[in-house]
Amino acid sequence: MNVGSLPEANRGLVSAAFQSKSFALGFALTALFILAALVSFVWTPYDATALAVSEKLRAPSAVHWFGTDHFGRDIFSMIMVGARTSIAVAFVAVGIGIAAGVPLGLWAAAKQGSLVDEVIMRANDLVFAFPALLIAILITAVFGPSAINAIIAIGIFNIPVFARLARGAALTLWTREYIFAARVAGKGAVRISAEHILPNIMNLLIVQGTIQFSLGILADAALSYVGLGAQPPTPSWGRMLSDAQTMISLAPHMALFPGAAIVLTVLGLNLMGDGLRDIFDPKLRRSRS
Amino acid sequence: MNNMLKLVTTAAILVASSALTPAFAANTAITVGMVLEPPNLDPTSGAAAAIREVTYANIFQGLTRFDANGAIIPDLAKSWDISADGLTYTFHLATGVKFHDGSPFSADDVKFSLDRARAPDSTNAQKGLFADIASVDVVDPATVKVTLKKPNGSFLFNMAWGDAVILSPKSIATEATKPVGTGPFKFVNWVKGDHVELGKFDGYWGTPAKLDKVTFKFISDPSAAFAAMMAGDVDAFPLFPAAETLEQFKADPRFTVIAGNTEGETLLAMNNGKKPFDNIKVREAVAHAINRKEIIDGAMFGYGTPIGTHFAPHNPDYVDLTAQSNYDPEKSKALLKEAGYPDGFTVSLKLPPPPYARRGGEIIASQLAKVGIKTEITNVEWAQWLEQVFKGKDYDLTIVSHTEPMDIDIYGRDNYYFNYKSDVFKKIMADLSGTTDPAKRSELLKAAQKRIADDYVNAFLFELPRLGVANAKIMGLWKNQPTPSNDMSEVYWKD
Amino acid sequence: MAGGGFRLRPCRSLGTHMAPYLLKRLISLVLSLLAASVVIFLVLQIVPGDPASYMLGMNAQPETVEALRQQMGLNEPVVWRYLTWVAGLAHGDFGVSYTYKVPTGELIAQRLWVSLPLALYALILSTAIALPIGIISAAKRNSAADYGIMGVTQLGIAVPNFWFAMLLVLLFSITLRWFSAGGFPGWNAGFFVALKALTLPAIALALPQASILARVMRSALLDTLSEDYIRTARAKGLTRGQTLVRHAVRNAMIPVLTIIGLQFSFLLAGAIIIENVFYLPGLGRLVFQGITQRDLIVVQSVVMLLVFAVILITFLVDIAYALVDPRLRSRA
Repeated sequence: MNVGSLPEANRGLVSAAFQSKSFALGFALTALFILAALVSFVWTPYDATALAVSEKLRAPSAVHWFGTDHFGRDIFSMIMVGARTSIAVAFVAVGIGIAAGVPLGLWAAAKQGSLVDEVIMRANDLVFAFPALLIAILITAVFGPSAINAIIAIGIFNIPVFARLARGAALTLWTREYIFAARVAGKGAVRISAEHILPNIMNLLIVQGTIQFSLGILADAALSYVGLGAQPPTPSWGRMLSDAQTMISLAPHMALFPGAAIVLTVLGLNLMGDGLRDIFDPKLRRSRS
Repeated sequence: MNNMLKLVTTAAILVASSALTPAFAANTAITVGMVLEPPNLDPTSGAAAAIREVTYANIFQGLTRFDANGAIIPDLAKSWDISADGLTYTFHLATGVKFHDGSPFSADDVKFSLDRARAPDSTNAQKGLFADIASVDVVDPATVKVTLKKPNGSFLFNMAWGDAVILSPKSIATEATKPVGTGPFKFVNWVKGDHVELGKFDGYWGTPAKLDKVTFKFISDPSAAFAAMMAGDVDAFPLFPAAETLEQFKADPRFTVIAGNTEGETLLAMNNGKKPFDNIKVREAVAHAINRKEIIDGAMFGYGTPIGTHFAPHNPDYVDLTAQSNYDPEKSKALLKEAGYPDGFTVSLKLPPPPYARRGGEIIASQLAKVGIKTEITNVEWAQWLEQVFKGKDYDLTIVSHTEPMDIDIYGRDNYYFNYKSDVFKKIMADLSGTTDPAKRSELLKAAQKRIADDYVNAFLFELPRLGVANAKIMGLWKNQPTPSNDMSEVYWKD
Repeated sequence: MAGGGFRLRPCRSLGTHMAPYLLKRLISLVLSLLAASVVIFLVLQIVPGDPASYMLGMNAQPETVEALRQQMGLNEPVVWRYLTWVAGLAHGDFGVSYTYKVPTGELIAQRLWVSLPLALYALILSTAIALPIGIISAAKRNSAADYGIMGVTQLGIAVPNFWFAMLLVLLFSITLRWFSAGGFPGWNAGFFVALKALTLPAIALALPQASILARVMRSALLDTLSEDYIRTARAKGLTRGQTLVRHAVRNAMIPVLTIIGLQFSFLLAGAIIIENVFYLPGLGRLVFQGITQRDLIVVQSVVMLLVFAVILITFLVDIAYALVDPRLRSRA
């Protein structure tokens, strides 16, 4: 692992990044959907929540680029606004995972082999052992369905991912000489973790964060598909798919476009994550799973 | 993408329109689709409509029963005499009746079943049906005398419900999983999560069933239901969950679409006990903001009869009051202004799972928004709905269909979730329950309908349709749904 | 959740002796299970909604609901209910379902006959597809085939499996009518009839799993190919293809088998959405129904069983690692 590389080394990365075709494609796709989400705040072709029952189930045309749904809403506009929901849910969920998981992982690494380490790692295993979707369903059964609860449900399952990653990476660093030097100089575990370890595992976290972001988009789609994500009339990709399901023989466009939006966004993020990994450390490429 | 779309749609249309010969089905077996699986098969201890959809008139029978059109006709009781004071009902029972386990049916079973339903530890979901019974006495094995505490004009109607069926004391412990009744079909097998199988009962006392085998298959997903019908996996789907696909079935000669009615008054219920809906002007404003036609078109794909009060339109006593709450957004805005809400307000709208509520809710939210009433939609499951809305009365607006027949009396109940309090209405109900003269009863029922429409208790939307699809060769299915049931006793395959 | 059900497990350091390690892991296994049971039980206590009211519906009278609660044992104190449940679990008694009114163990057994074969079917499909293409990809690294395969697997990971399932239904059930759109006739209907019913769901489940597995296979192979003994083998004059088959594939199987193990437990629990799309009476749908009907005893028992399966598989994988590959003991 190249975690010892100093942040300064990252300067030439931007140009290096775009030499990687997969990164460039991934970046373009991701940028496209983030752009769609941002533009939707100021402009969409139609009001994404305006019903026009007489216009229902129209096939794609020049008037409605992606057609209309069973209430006559414009699917293109809904996908733009839906991008907002999906991206926000996944982004905040990953944020929760990082904010809670990384400190836990660093703590466990600092106290390697102690009871704290054992408890944190066992708790991680325990969270992993729970069937994620079922727990998400239970969470929403308790607190009611909403985008916030979807974020919490996805966020919880992101914590162990980052805890484990941070611990694993930090453990190798703790054996390094400069860390040893810092310890001799009397720095405490907290300071060492914050000043020496965290900056050096940043690359790893960014890569994993990108991958988890894409998993978050998929998870949000799954949750809102079963009705547990953002509530109507806020458009969400997963719910658009569940609405489309009964009409699939009647209006396949209702299912095709939101599905394609999910695939392309997730694909974009994955490609970007892979690309970043290659750039940060070519050796890592091979252990990509 | 566009080309592929066209290809797929064209292919779908081609396949759908080509009249392929349906897969050969044995002429005495039928597979019936149902959306929900019954939790168990004991209709005397659970409210789920699905229990009745499997068992009513097939496995279990009561003293009286509903026929296909909702009339009350004799069942296990061949006939009855009512005393002049309306307090004593003497039922003359059918003879030669056997339970599916071979044991004979007698008056003792009637006494056992009715006493069990009204016992203190009874878990009968409609215990209220039996509340007026003072005693049940066995006169002889073929005669039962039921004495009431006070005259009850709807006692025979009450005894026709699925909750009032007659059970054998011997099989009571296993009724939930292996029901034993007196009906034309006996229980054969239940593969949980997939299907229940019934077989013809050879010892049946009445006209034998024409089918040998009935399989109820549970398909909760609307698109799967569509595909299962199309593929011939299911022969009939009496409560078809995907109204949007009915046009495709209509165009296909292999199928018939059966559009009838239910007893389900679909309401936008308002919490009359809570601001702002404690103000009648606000409730009237909501009523005028609702465009029923748009809801029926958008949520029900055009099926459903608009209603203006809480009463079934096919009932002879129905009064059409839809004009009183016609769609008039300007009037609605004016009323809101009068009520002190010129800029509208924000309320919650809780939606239970059925499509009429979820889809209808989105449409209603957009209609209300046009007059300035903003809504926050929350989709809830039935369990939550029962807990929060029904029991806890913690809601502003909700959409629900009240599927019990003749249930206008709920507006007179204390502590009902509408929080509607009207002594005038209660008086009408009290008069009604003590009246047996049909003309006077009709009069009172009409008055009750007008009363709740005048008070704008709820926004009355439409009568829930019963939309079914069946193989065109199947005869004898019910068109309407006076009570939850898939009565298979007279169903047969043509040819 | 769709597409993301596995993680590579980092391996923990081992003591020099196996026995204390085993004991330690066993204790933590039991503690984990206990912790899981408490969490599950507590969460279900705060789920709003009462099973008795749910069953009796809108017209029920309060005393009727109370009578049913009594009958269901819901009026016992919480701690008592927890203890009876756990004590029951310990000797294989899962309690009686509130709604179905039959022993939960019986329900689970019925559903396992759908869920297990489905998971197995999906796993076989995914392995059968993933391993060959992973090997091809690694053998022809940086060729057009490699790029093609990697591109397709990228796409496979990005596709939500329920959407893929919808497309399968549209194509194979509604348009072509080769398969029925769902349902499960039961194994009594004949082995191939039942297998056919599971085919589309298994494909829908297998696609993302196969994509992940193919990528793992490829990178595991590339990893082993760079190890010293492989270089030695090459130096001895074996071709790249020969080395790959004789040495690399065998050694790459450790990470691959780990992933397969984890995918199996994921498939068992994670098929819930697919079970709903194809209305298969599996474990996932049993829990889903249990939640909507507030059949809490079923929910807690099935979730506990799934958690137990995952914890046990993880435990076995760890032990197998420690036994098989001493090198792993020294790796953090």
